[in-house]
Order: sequence, then structure tokens, then C-alpha cells
Amino acid sequence: MNNLENRKLIVISVFIVIGLIFSLRLFYIQVIDDSYSSSADNQALRFVTKYPARGIIYDREGEILVHNQAAFDLMVIPRQVKNIDTFGFCELLHIDTAEFNLRLKKARSYSSYRESVFQKQLTADEYAIIAENLYRFPGFYGQKRSLRLYPDSTAAHVLGYIGEVGARDLERDSFYRSGDFIGIGGLEREYEKFLRGKRGLEVLMVDKYGMVQDHHSNGDLNREAEAGMDLVSTIDIKLQKYGERLMINKKGSIVAIEPSTGEVLCLISAPSYDPNLLVGVKRASNYALLAADDSLVPLFNRALMAKYPPGSIFKIIQTLIALQDGVININTGITCNKALVGCHNHPSATNIKEAIQMSCNPYFHQVFKRLINKGYSKNYFEDSALGLDEWSKKVDAFGLGKRLALDLPNLKAGSIPDVSLYDRIYGHNRWAFSTIYSVSIGQGEVEVVPLQMANLAATIANRGYYNDPHLIKSMHGSYDTTLQVNRHSTHIDAQYYEPIIEAMNWVVEKPGGTARRAKIDGIEVCGKTGTAENPHGEDHSVFIAFAPKDNPKIAIAVYVENAGFGGTWAAPIASLMMEKYIKGNIADTLKEQRILEANLLDVKVEK
Amino acid sequence: MRSRRNIFEDIDWITVFIYTILAFFGWVCIYSATFSDANIGLGLTQTNHGKQMLFMIISSIVAIAILFLDHRFFETLAYGVYGLGLALLLLVLVFGSEIKGAQSWFVMGPISFQPSEIAKYGTALALAKFISANHNTFNTFQTRLKAAAIICMPAALIMLQPDVGSMLVFTALSIVLYREGLSGWFFVLGFIAIILFISALYLKQYEWVIFGTLIKGKVAFITFMVLLSSFTYYIFRKAKGSLLIISGALVAMLGFFLSVDYVFDNVLKIHHQNRINELLGIVSDPKGAGYNVHQSMIAFGSGGFSGRGFLEGTQTQLKYVPEQFTDFIFSTLGEEWGFLGTFLVISLFVFLMARIIWLSEKQRSVFTRIYGYSVASIFFIHFAINIGMTIGLAPVIGIPLPFFSYGGSSLLSFTLLLFTFIKLDSERKFVLR
Repeated sequence: MNNLENRKLIVISVFIVIGLIFSLRLFYIQVIDDSYSSSADNQALRFVTKYPARGIIYDREGEILVHNQAAFDLMVIPRQVKNIDTFGFCELLHIDTAEFNLRLKKARSYSSYRESVFQKQLTADEYAIIAENLYRFPGFYGQKRSLRLYPDSTAAHVLGYIGEVGARDLERDSFYRSGDFIGIGGLEREYEKFLRGKRGLEVLMVDKYGMVQDHHSNGDLNREAEAGMDLVSTIDIKLQKYGERLMINKKGSIVAIEPSTGEVLCLISAPSYDPNLLVGVKRASNYALLAADDSLVPLFNRALMAKYPPGSIFKIIQTLIALQDGVININTGITCNKALVGCHNHPSATNIKEAIQMSCNPYFHQVFKRLINKGYSKNYFEDSALGLDEWSKKVDAFGLGKRLALDLPNLKAGSIPDVSLYDRIYGHNRWAFSTIYSVSIGQGEVEVVPLQMANLAATIANRGYYNDPHLIKSMHGSYDTTLQVNRHSTHIDAQYYEPIIEAMNWVVEKPGGTARRAKIDGIEVCGKTGTAENPHGEDHSVFIAFAPKDNPKIAIAVYVENAGFGGTWAAPIASLMMEKYIKGNIADTLKEQRILEANLLDVKVEK
Repeated sequence: MRSRRNIFEDIDWITVFIYTILAFFGWVCIYSATFSDANIGLGLTQTNHGKQMLFMIISSIVAIAILFLDHRFFETLAYGVYGLGLALLLLVLVFGSEIKGAQSWFVMGPISFQPSEIAKYGTALALAKFISANHNTFNTFQTRLKAAAIICMPAALIMLQPDVGSMLVFTALSIVLYREGLSGWFFVLGFIAIILFISALYLKQYEWVIFGTLIKGKVAFITFMVLLSSFTYYIFRKAKGSLLIISGALVAMLGFFLSVDYVFDNVLKIHHQNRINELLGIVSDPKGAGYNVHQSMIAFGSGGFSGRGFLEGTQTQLKYVPEQFTDFIFSTLGEEWGFLGTFLVISLFVFLMARIIWLSEKQRSVFTRIYGYSVASIFFIHFAINIGMTIGLAPVIGIPLPFFSYGGSSLLSFTLLLFTFIKLDSERKFVLR
């Protein structure tokens, strides 16, 4: 058995031979053959996010309201930044070396191996200069982004704006990554899911100098970005711009709707701002400036958010409900009894048309009384409550007291008083008609926003129904779609609208009408003035109208704050808008001149 | 017998030193392979390198504890440990957790371990005990069969999990049998079987047109074998019984050759087939089955002669190599420490294994010698398969590199194996033959 001891030599030899084979193989891979080592250099990967182009928004004629401009984020991978000419780099970016070191340190604290943004949103021109020199600075590269561009600087309140996603959005929706843009206001926010598109990815192999060598895996891992959907708006950019011009140096709003469809033709809140101010890196500082202006409040969208009492315009709704209920008929005459409620000097109305034309307050006091006290109960209080309950439901059918289905955020509902509201204010059975009579003439607890008034004008123009007002007609992109709109009836027969429309026509056309300034040659305009009482200063000038009287093309509501009587300022502005829309040009340039030159911002507070 | 003495006397410090260097080097590689900026400031048990540090401390405690035990303890408990190992291998088939396709782990809260590690240790001890007890009859077939059974029982149970890597470790114990008298022809036969296996797979893809006829690779090979046998017979035609032996060998080889396809397609799993095809270069799919090895090779290439330096390897830091801190840890060494590092570690391993063999032969105790051979064999198969796979010379089989790969269970088991030998060796002057 002694020779078995020598087998140790064979065993040890096997160990050594295997060790030698491994060493030779490693020597070959590591030292002789450089194909593997060059693979390693070539396969540092760069994951480049391909940001999708955000959807474009067009006006109703196909004019661009908002589109995109190229911008670049300068990215850095800290690990790859080695032996660069820091001074030269800083000069290129107009920063000092301290700033450079600070940013690099911040990027490194995130990750040495992954990319961070070194400088945000350089414009294409700025980036072009840097890009030429990037080869000298390994570790840096440009990442294409896109920013919004508003070619006509118009419709800021409608379009809204975009900005980088915040922590809340990141948490709420896993779609977003830090640095993504998201719609913050207006249509940008409302249609975010369609506009945003889908991020793509490009996996590139870069060598140790940061130069792109190839697509990784022959591009199998790449994913093209999917552009967002383009939206076609109902806005008429010419009308929108014209309205914004008319409203310069005024506070208020204009909303115009195409009655037959509910398409919003323009939506103006004045004062406005240039939407291009809220783009890119300067957004934060500009936003702060706009937000700080508390006398003009330019960020406040009056058309959707400012609540006013409807004033005399509300009398139209009272009339319609009263006619439908049969508590009056077309020829009901009521004495103008100023003891009931104040009124201006005019002969008593002998029929409903005259009552509207002259806007007689005591007349509608009596009409409302008939609507509220119908004798359902012998108890005066209970009777009032039952009457009001029936009445407020009928008013709601006009799209008042609730949010209209407009496709914009932050829309206010306004308020139509109902039983529960008065019960809350006065207590159950502690109020009656005599407590709430000011509602009869659109004062008191009634509140509406300008959009609702425009919608009311459209409803009258339609003789009894409205389509949901909306700003987007259709979407185009990966698929095409037309958006559906719902039609709502006021449950009031069309026949009752005719005398009212007649009266509204008199308001504009007949001598003694309250809105003679709204007359347009060759077009039959129907309108109604209103004065929204303002406890803080001069009353607001209000006017709603539609034209032409038959087969109406446009319905409009104009609010001019602190401008007093509706016929003075709101009516001519409305007429100019309607003329512009229907005819395309303005015949009465003097009227136009008067509006353009008027500065109603500094009206003295007289009360 | 002797009186109690300093237990650190007579310890082979060279082996302890190599063990320490390898474990430390391994830890450095694990640190690098799992390094991430996000890890900085995390506690000991929150990072892999932190956990490995804990395992190293525990292993050192175990190592010292072993040195305090009496050497007779191991011989006495040899069958006990073996039995425990078998019992656990049975239990794991019922209660074990499946990790990476094999039901080979016990998971108890934060602690998990592989019973095959205990079985390895137990088998080494039991084999040593059995052969040393039957040393004089080891030339009989019956005794050898029993020895082989000791090896095969745990291997068979592990095959049921199925864990091919751990099973293969047991085949290495045939080196022990060889030392104790098993004929070297067994290895020649095994070698021929491997050649036939590879040829069968390799030739399948070839065909030639010779004199206008299509000749498939396999047909050509069979023809060649028949011609070779005839030629051999022609040379030995005068020897007695040569016809029977040569034709028997030919039939056996051809039978094996022809059954390779069937076994390959029906017995092996798809991922094993892929790995073997990839290794033989029959299929090249660096993005699929070959991804691991391909990226590992790039890591070695990236290291070059002197390496990219600690934490500087792009392959390692950008995490291109899957499983890099466990089974592919050697590629981290290759990239960050270069050929210098890999050559040093290979040399250390070869030296360690050779030294164990060398020391084993110096023993007066047969038990210690056989145990030493077992330890060296187990280290060797791990070394050969693990490093071979990372450099594309062996199929991808998931077994760890001793002392290097991340994992408490394997580090502890290798420590146990080695320090038991160090303990036994330290007593060699006092043990009677």
C-alpha cells in the first residue's frame, strides 16, 4: 500500500494544472485579448428619457393657441466628470466655480452613477453654444425637454399652465417621475391625461469619454415617446383677443357661447396676464409677482369664480317660471308701487314685455310673491317654504346654483336660495315671503358667476334649453374622438320665451330701452341690462345678450366691475363682441374707440 | 497520552493565515459588488457586506471553539453528524423553502441555512471514520461499495431537491477513494464519458457532403469509432480475448454516445441544456442564457492586468453581472484587482489545497488523513466549478467560491471543514497510528 502515498503527487498535480489553466485563461482574457475590456468601456449605459411632445391646443378655426418650444436640461453623471476645465465650463454656463461645486456635490449626493439635472431648461439658443463644447466635458450631456409657447399670448385663464410635478402628484400617480411636467391650471390641468403623452426611453452605450457609441441591445430596449393628444378648442382666437383688448384697463369678464352647441367662443377675465410669463425657469418668480398683485388679482379667473348678484337679469327667469306656472299671463299688468320696493320713474307696466323692458321692480316683487305664496298651506310661513321649494328647483334647471359641466377646474357654483338655506339663516318657519322678497329682483342671497349668465343668454336664445358649455370639441392623436355634450331643458315651454325675447329686443332697439348702446346696424340684438349691487363700491355693470334674434349665433354675458349701470359700459362691449363675431369687422368705430380708451380701474368709491 | 497543553501550539498557522487572507479579500469584493451610495450610513445588518462581517465574526468564534474541542470528539460524533445531515436532507424535502428552483433551504425567521452544508461535513467525517475503521479491507469490493454508499446517499437526497451544484460536490469525494486505492481507470472512464458526451452534443450540428453524399456528424463519428476499434483489434489481434474486450468497449461507448441525446433532451432541464450549449459554443446568446458569463468575462477584461481599483470597476459598480456578490464574486476581484488579484487568489487556493493534502499525508491517524483529503476535495470542486464558470470554462452551476462568496451558511460550513482539519492536524504528534 505504500505506493498509494505517492498518489498525493497526482492529486496535487491536478490542483496545480487546473490552477494553471485558470491562470492562463485569465491572462488571456485580462491581458492579451482586449475585446472584453473594450466591451466594458463601450457599455457604460446611459438611460435617456425621451420626453413626449405635449399635445397642441388649437382654436376653433385651427389657429394654434399653445404649442411647444424646445428646451434642454443639462444633465450630469458625477462619476464621469474627471479632469475637466472647470473654469471654462463655468464661463460657458455663466456660473462661478463655487456654484459649480455646489451643484456637483448635490448631484453626487443623489448618485455618482446616475444622472441628475445640472441646469434646468436652457433655451435652444443657450444650449446650442454649450452643445458645441460638450465634448470637452465628459459626464455632461443635454436632455431634450419641451416648454409651452403661446404664439398670441392670449387666453391665459383658459389654457392654464404647466409646471414640474410636486411631491403630492408623485405620490398620487405613479405615472410621474421627478422633473416631469404636469398641467396645473386651466385646460392644461383638465386635459392633463390626454395632453401629457407617454415618456419614452433610449438606452445608449457610451464610452468612457461619454461619447455615444451605439444603442444598447440594438435598440431593443428603446421605447419611443408617445406624443400627447392635440385638442381642438371651441375658442375663437380672434374674438378672444378682441375681447381682451376691449377689457384693457377694466376689471370684469366676458363669456360668449354658441347657443346651438354650447361651445364657448371666448372666455375672458380681466385683468389677464401673458401666459408666456409662466413658462420655464422664470415661472416661479413671475407667478409670485402675479400672485402678489392684490388690487388687480390677475390670476383670479373672474368668469368662473367671481360671484355677483344677477340683478335685474334675474327678472327674466322669474317671468318664465311665472308664465309656466300660470300665476301671470302675457297681459298681466301690475302697478309700479314704490312702497313695496324702490324703482326708477316710469309708467306702470301693462304687460310682461313692458315690465321687462322697463325693468320694473315692484312688478317682479308681486310676481315672485305669487310664485312663493300659492296657498298650499294656511300657515303663511309653511306656504312660503313650500312655494320656495318648488321655485328653487325650477331655477336650478337654468344651470344656476350648481356647477355647470364646463371643462375647466375651479368653477364656482353660485347660489340659489332654497328652504334649507333660509332655515339655516332664520330658523324653521321663522321666514316668509316678506323676509326674502329681494330675491325677486335678483338681489339678496342669489349669486351667479358670469359663465352662468352667458349660459342663461344661450338658454333664452335656444328658447328653453342649453347644451353643456364646453371648451374642447375634439381630440386627435393616437385616436380621434369628438366629445359628447349633454342638453338640458328648462322645462318651460318655448312659447313663453317669445314675449321675453321680444322685450329683450325692445331693450336694445326701442327708444327708452335700457341698452340702446348695444344696437348693431343690420343685426337684431336681444339683451338685458343688470346692475349687480356692490357693497364695497360702485355697482358692477352687467349685460347679457344674444344675436341675431332669430337663429342666434352668439350669446354673451359682459361684466364690468365698478362701472355702474349695465347699459353704459357692459352693453356696448357686448355689442362690439357680437358684431366682431358675426360680421368680422366693426362699423361704428367711435363706439369701439370709446371702449378702448376707457379706463375704469380707478373709479372713485362713492358709497 | 499527553497532558493538557496550549491549544494554539502546533497549529498550522500558514493555513490559518491563507484562510484569513481569502476571507478578508472576499469581504472586500462583497463590499464593492454591493456598494451603492444609498448604503452609506446603514447599520451592520442592513447591508450585505455588514452581514458578511457578522458571519465572519461568528465563523471566527466557531473556529476558536473547534480548537478547544478534543480531537476524539470528531471521530466519535462522525456518524452522528452524518445521520443528522441525512435526516435534515429528508426533512428539507418536506418543510424546506424553495429558493431559485431548489427546495434546499430551511428558513426560520431571519436565519436560513442549507442542510446540504451539514451533510458535506458529516459525509467527510463519516467517510474518514468508515475507511479508517475498515482500512485493512478497503481492497475488497464490498467495503468500497459501502464507502461509495456513504457518499451517494446524501448526494441522492440532494438530487431530489434538486440542487445539481451541491450534488456535484459529493462526486469530488471520489478523489479520497482514489487515494485509498481506487483504480485511476475510473477517472479515465469518467473522462472518456465526458468526451463522448461533449462529442455527441457537438457533432449533432455538423454535416458534410463527401462524394456527393450527405454525411451527418454523428454518422461520421460512429464510422470513425468502428474503424478505430478495428485498427486496435488489428494491433492486438494476437492477444487473448482482445476481440471480446474491444467489441464490448465499442458497443458500450456507442451505446453511451447514442443515448446522450435522449438524456440531454429528457433528463436535463431546459436551463441546464442552455447553459451547456452556451458553454460548448453550440449556441451563443449573450443576452439570454449566456448573459451572466458574458458580462462576467467583460468584467475580467475590464480589469486588465492590474485592475481598475477598489470601487472603480464599471461592470461591478453599474451592476452588470447578476449574482456578482454570491456566485460571480470572482469577477469582482477580476475587474477591480486585475490579473494580479486573480492570479494571487488562484495561487492561494492551489497552495491551500495542496498544503492540506501534504499535511494529510504526514498524519499518523488514518482518520485525519482521509478527512484531510475530503476537505481538500470539497474545496477543489468548489474552486474548479465556481472559477471555471465565471471565466467560461465550466457550465453555470450555482455553487459558492469558498470564503469568498457572500453567505453565512457556506462561510460557516467551510470554516467548520477547515478548522476541524487544523485541529486534527495539530494533534498529529500525539495520536498513535
